[in-house]
Amino acid sequence: MRRVLVDVAYAVQEWLETFGASQIFLMRVLAGCPRALLRPGLIVRQVYASGVLSLAIIGISGLFVGMVLALQGYNSLERFGATESLGVVAALALVRELGPVVTALLFAGRAGTALASEIGLMRATDQLSGMEMMAVDPIKRVVVPRFIGGIISMPLLAAIFSAMGILGAWLVGVVLLGVDEGSFWSSMRDQVDYKDDVLSGVLKSFVFGIAASLLAVFEGYNSIPTAEGVSRATTRTVVLTALSVLILNFMLTAVLIGEV
Amino acid sequence: MGELWLRPVGLRPQAVSISGGVGGNVAEESTTEKSGRGQGSRDENIAIIRELDYSRGHRKIFDGLNLDIPRGRVTAIMGPSGTGKTTLLRLMTGQILPNHGSILLEGSDVCRMGRNELYDTRKRIGMLFQNGALLTDISVYENVAFPLREHTRLPERLIRHIVLTKLHAVGLRGAAELMPAELSGGMARRIALARAIAMDPDLILYDEPFVGLDPISMGVIVRLIRRMNDALGLTSVVVTHDVEEVSSIADRTYLLSDGKVVASGSPEDLQENCSAVVMQFMNGMADGPVPFHYPAPDYSEQLLRRGQE
Repeated sequence: MRRVLVDVAYAVQEWLETFGASQIFLMRVLAGCPRALLRPGLIVRQVYASGVLSLAIIGISGLFVGMVLALQGYNSLERFGATESLGVVAALALVRELGPVVTALLFAGRAGTALASEIGLMRATDQLSGMEMMAVDPIKRVVVPRFIGGIISMPLLAAIFSAMGILGAWLVGVVLLGVDEGSFWSSMRDQVDYKDDVLSGVLKSFVFGIAASLLAVFEGYNSIPTAEGVSRATTRTVVLTALSVLILNFMLTAVLIGEV
Repeated sequence: MGELWLRPVGLRPQAVSISGGVGGNVAEESTTEKSGRGQGSRDENIAIIRELDYSRGHRKIFDGLNLDIPRGRVTAIMGPSGTGKTTLLRLMTGQILPNHGSILLEGSDVCRMGRNELYDTRKRIGMLFQNGALLTDISVYENVAFPLREHTRLPERLIRHIVLTKLHAVGLRGAAELMPAELSGGMARRIALARAIAMDPDLILYDEPFVGLDPISMGVIVRLIRRMNDALGLTSVVVTHDVEEVSSIADRTYLLSDGKVVASGSPEDLQENCSAVVMQFMNGMADGPVPFHYPAPDYSEQLLRRGQE
């Protein structure tokens, strides 16, 4: 019994230490952001690494998600004779939910793991200590540009995901299943509200970008400098980002809809 | 090559003879000259460590360690693996904090410095890590230019001049455009050395510079350490357990064991020291005060007990 209590006490202490460390880390990252903006070259390089290099997976995934959405939507709408609403159904699902959420999950798998393992390996190979010894703060030089790069990339990737999804829905709905093209686009234009739908999706992807990027750089920076430590940090990045995104999505949706 | 002028950051122009580069006359240069630059009105010791205690978990690494690093000399810190030699370098540079004691660098206590003061101090220190710690995503040239770009606003032409000068000093000017992954272990360490002296430091710390090197690379690094120290008026601290190599270049040697200095003096003094610990280390004996076996229960008892389970 005593042993269990000691284990619980250690676990709580460890959790508090991690929580405290993450808060200090967050403060240092946020404090480093204004100065990092003065060196846009570093941020542009990270937007390329996190964003441009994720384009293929995001675009292809968006296309197929849109195609499946059109198939499922057509199947359901046909029962009510409302197949002309396929465009708006696909667009709303993509812009409000699937775009930000699926992009964030894919971002965690593609860019988040790359960030965590890159920073973790930099620690394991003394590159971060080397920077410290050259009087260069690795948080400002390595972490902050990657954090900002992730935040910038995420809404852009979510927008590309949604656009590709709508293209996929059009391919299946209009080209394959014969839904009227005019009603497909006009219902979308009439029913999708810029403020309530598009902006709420952008807001979500922005928040998910903060969460995914912060978790990735935090896990990488605090990883144990061994092969196992880096591997664990990479896994934790994906798991924690996925959970955070899904929980945050519920909270944001509740706030934005305002019906909970 | 005649004389090369090194004007890294405009702080301390020096006429440095780099005759023939690494592959040229360096081998013939005297490596036994015990220079004492930088003395005069300044303190004799660039670093003074007093009553240093440091524990990792329940294990005591240093227990009242006292140590002086004389200015302008090459000081070797030796000891068996696990005695905390690398930890000592990390303490000296403020990467970790001791439990007790003081580490004075140029009269200022590293343990009491704020982040900004610590970073200002580190700008005057170069450190060569065991694996070089080169940034793997940028070229050799950019690695050497890295501290200059971060800390100075020198024009690109001057940065190029400094980088090529430093690379030439370590004999790797021709490798400027290579990536770190294309370098051998010895080359990576020489590039790291070029980067460490890019900011024209007063003190340079070498963490196990000879580990894993072939005899030629090791000879090059040994001579570079001595030559850099004398030519640039540096103070060098070499942490190592390679007795033979470091004895040829060190002015003063400290031998650490059990968290304390067990012997100090010139390499010759240590060779003549009759203490059991010193003799075991200097002669590479497998067993002695530093036991061959890690502490364990009685062998026969352990075997018998396990057999009964």
